[in-house]
Amino acid sequence: MLHIINKSPFENHTLDSCLRVALNEPGAALLLTEDAVYAASKGNVIESKIVDALGKVKVYALWPDIEARGMQDRVIEGIKMVDYGGFVDLVAEHSNCQSWL
Amino acid sequence: MTESTGGIDFEDEDASGVIKKFMFVNRKAPYGTIYALESLEVVLISAAFDQDVSLAFLDDGVYQIVKGQHTKAIAMKNFSPTYRALEGYDIEKLYVEKESLDQRGLTEDDLLVDVQVMSSAEMAKMMSEQDVVISF
Repeated sequence: MLHIINKSPFENHTLDSCLRVALNEPGAALLLTEDAVYAASKGNVIESKIVDALGKVKVYALWPDIEARGMQDRVIEGIKMVDYGGFVDLVAEHSNCQSWL
Repeated sequence: MTESTGGIDFEDEDASGVIKKFMFVNRKAPYGTIYALESLEVVLISAAFDQDVSLAFLDDGVYQIVKGQHTKAIAMKNFSPTYRALEGYDIEKLYVEKESLDQRGLTEDDLLVDVQVMSSAEMAKMMSEQDVVISF
C-alpha cells in the first residue's frame, strides 16, 4: 500500500500515526508531499523516525515540493525523489493508497 | 476606536498620529496553507499606516524565510524575496525563536533575511510589550 502524507510533522501527529501502521507492512511505501516534505530533511528532531522507516519501507518525496521549500540540500540519504509523473506511477504501481489527512 | 481595524481609528483626525506596536506572529510553513502569504500582505498594508511593526517567526513559520525556495514546479508564487524588501518599508524588526530553529536543524545562516534570533523567554517579553498582536 502507498501511504501519502501532506502535513508538516511539526504541526500534527499524522506522520507518527502513519508510521505506526505502515511500518507493520513490509511492502508499504511512504510518499511525502507538500508540507510533509520537511520530514525528508536532515538535522531536525524528526530525522530519526524517517531513518528508522527507511530500514523497513520505501520512502519517497515529491521533488517540486522539496524545491519550493528550499530543502534541496538537506534531503536524508535513501529517500527517493519523484516528480508529478513519478507520483502517478507510484499510485498506479500500488494496489491501493491511503492519504493520511 | 474600532476592533475591526486593530484599534486604528480612521475617522478621527486627532488619532492619526498615534503609533502603536503591532506584532505579526507567523507560525505556518509557506506553501501548504495560505497563512504565510496573507500575513505578508497585511504586513505590507500596515507599513502604509506608519505603525511600529514587527514580525515574529515561530514553529513552522521559520520555514517562510529559509533560503533557496524555488516554486516554479508547484506553480505558486515564490514570495520569499518579499521578506528582503520589508526593509524598504521600514519594517526591520524580524524576530526568530531559537528553539524553533533548533528543532528543525536550522541556523541563522539558513535564513534569507537579517533577523534577531531570540529565546522563547525573550520572545515572550517582546510579545507582552505589543499593543496589538496579529496571529497567522
